[in-house]
Amino acid sequence: MTTTARRKSGAPYLFLTPALLLFGLFLAAPILYAGYLSLRRVKVSGLGLGAGSRTEIWAGLENYTRSLTDPEFLPSVLRVGAYGLIVVPCMLGLALVMALLLDAGRTRVSTFARTAIFLPYAVPAVIASLLWGFLYLPRVSPIVDVLDKVGITAPDALSSSWVLYSVANIAIWGGTGFNMIVLYTALRSIPTDLFEAARIDGASDIAIALRIKIPIIGPSLVMTTLFSLIATLQVFAEPMTLRPLSNTISTTWTPLMKVYRDAFVRNDIYAAAATSVIIALATFVISYGFLKLVGSRAFSQES
Amino acid sequence: MKKTHLLAGALAAAVLMTSACGSSDDEPAKSDEKVALTYWSWAPNMDKVVEGWNSTHPNIQVTVNKQDGGDPAVAKLLTAIKAGSGAPDVMQAEYQKIPTLVSADALADISKEAGDLKSKFPEGAWTSVTLGSEALYGVPQDSGPMLFYYRADVLDKLKIKPPTTWDEYAAAARTIHKANPKQFLGTFSSNDPGWFAGLSQQAGASWWGVNGDSWSVAINDATTTKVANYWGGLVQEGAIDNKPMYTPEWNAALNDGTQVGWLSAVWGPGVLEGNAASTKGKWKVAQLPQWDAASPATGNWGGSATSVTSQSKHKAQAAEFVKWLNSDPAAIKLLAGTANVYPASVDSSAALTEPPAFFSNQPDFYSVADEASKITKPFTYGPNVNVAYSSYNDAFGKAAESKKATEFAGALTTMQQATVDDLKNTGFKVAG
Repeated sequence: MTTTARRKSGAPYLFLTPALLLFGLFLAAPILYAGYLSLRRVKVSGLGLGAGSRTEIWAGLENYTRSLTDPEFLPSVLRVGAYGLIVVPCMLGLALVMALLLDAGRTRVSTFARTAIFLPYAVPAVIASLLWGFLYLPRVSPIVDVLDKVGITAPDALSSSWVLYSVANIAIWGGTGFNMIVLYTALRSIPTDLFEAARIDGASDIAIALRIKIPIIGPSLVMTTLFSLIATLQVFAEPMTLRPLSNTISTTWTPLMKVYRDAFVRNDIYAAAATSVIIALATFVISYGFLKLVGSRAFSQES
Repeated sequence: MKKTHLLAGALAAAVLMTSACGSSDDEPAKSDEKVALTYWSWAPNMDKVVEGWNSTHPNIQVTVNKQDGGDPAVAKLLTAIKAGSGAPDVMQAEYQKIPTLVSADALADISKEAGDLKSKFPEGAWTSVTLGSEALYGVPQDSGPMLFYYRADVLDKLKIKPPTTWDEYAAAARTIHKANPKQFLGTFSSNDPGWFAGLSQQAGASWWGVNGDSWSVAINDATTTKVANYWGGLVQEGAIDNKPMYTPEWNAALNDGTQVGWLSAVWGPGVLEGNAASTKGKWKVAQLPQWDAASPATGNWGGSATSVTSQSKHKAQAAEFVKWLNSDPAAIKLLAGTANVYPASVDSSAALTEPPAFFSNQPDFYSVADEASKITKPFTYGPNVNVAYSSYNDAFGKAAESKKATEFAGALTTMQQATVDDLKNTGFKVAG
């Protein structure tokens, strides 16, 4: 009896060990180390030249106050907020409409259309940004050329009034396909007798979509929204790649770019660690808050 | 502090002398020892230059590890130094990065191993590797005296003489832009802080300085403000463009003849050849336009030294290689001919007789460059060039986008503020 009990209590841990080890080494330890670094700083003595003139000391919460009071930090947060307001509704709206259209059609064309819409997701963000960068720069852009031919002067896509939309456009282009697939898969798993019943009752396609399909794929919508929110907070590759092409994207355009600048341009990993911790906390609070807000509604049908 | 510095120097010298004595005892045993060195560099064909060394030095074999460029190489080196291992023995380091690297204790002092090389290099380059002290943190490899490239055909057609002063440059820019509103004689680039630093250097600015044991920062002094106002004025009236350099847009503009001038450095032909191949034979080179025609001057854009890192276990052998690479006539020839850099050594003119292929129409290309390297003004870099430069990107990006002359001087104030704040925050003593 005692041996079986012991074996029972030991086995799960044995099976968990590899996962826990990997989790500890590659996730928990770096997080703890970042937390530690965020409380440290470098102190230089004198001219700071030569060996031993730099020492690492405790900084308390100084890195956090510096990060939060940086005049560039709040604008970058607000910018990301505005970016999210453009990207999340547009991307998910498009993805939902396309998923519904594909699901309603269920023809041979839909296989091709599905792949075509999904394809941009397979393009890495940096390459997508370079592609779009070329399309945005007037002298090398075929779009500007075509508009010019028909007599329309295209606005400068990277000027200060357009740059936010230009960056958002890349994210929407790249992300719609993935979200469309997730929603489409959820739609395909709805039992068809539900539609047949509705159709016999005289419901139109639009009514079926609004009253049956969208409510049933609610959990998938919640999940895609959550992923999109997190991706918004972590926007980095697109503005980073477009930055050298314009005057309008600063090195602290998004919070994550500020982390990059502090760590790898200013060699101040301590400030970068503090900002990372702040971003991680904000991501957690927003994700958790969002789930709390919609959770009860979205998952109520499942129980 | 000065005293401690001297004391430290004396101590270091004493240690070195004892170690030198120690190694001379071991030398007979060691002479057969094979040493493998790694060398981080981003200059093209550097491996072929190094073959010249490897074939004649069987006991010191150098392997070139190609880097993406100056910034990523420094980031990698600093990470390796922090980690305690992983740094190469020898490293190509841009002049403006040397104070940062020395401050992070990443570079070894090779003044004893290298011997007397001072007379082989121009004053400005030598100061960059000694930081004005007795130490030697590398040997100058290549330099980038600034020059003015222009489309001779476009200027001839408009009967403009190549500008020799900045007033003439402004007048020429206006004439060209007026004759063809799509054409510009240049652009103000918020992407290239080293370019603007070089133009300020020409005017006589030196953004950092050492006063005893404290640093001084003079980014928004009267000289640099004069330069910023000059460019702000040209951007505001639209006589020159406000778009950054090194973009697909700019490349296309060079190639299709909308950018008809470029304030660049001696390495410019390679860039023009790559980006504007269809304009071959139409460009000419001249000295930068001058603030004071009576005392011509220029600045430096780019250029690097070869340094031995503090993690190298074979400092003496590494220093020997570094010395050969940058002062041996055969190596200088390879640097100039194969790696296509402009060697910093004063003997470089012997290796550079033919103009670059893209400038075959101008046989005196290298005598113009040689003249420029002789009139390069001194300039001191500080330990946080990276902070000042990234602040330049942001502040001048805004200023260039606004096209308002007043914003340009304001951008300098922002840079000064960011640079001083960072120094103070890290604990450096800052004068003034």
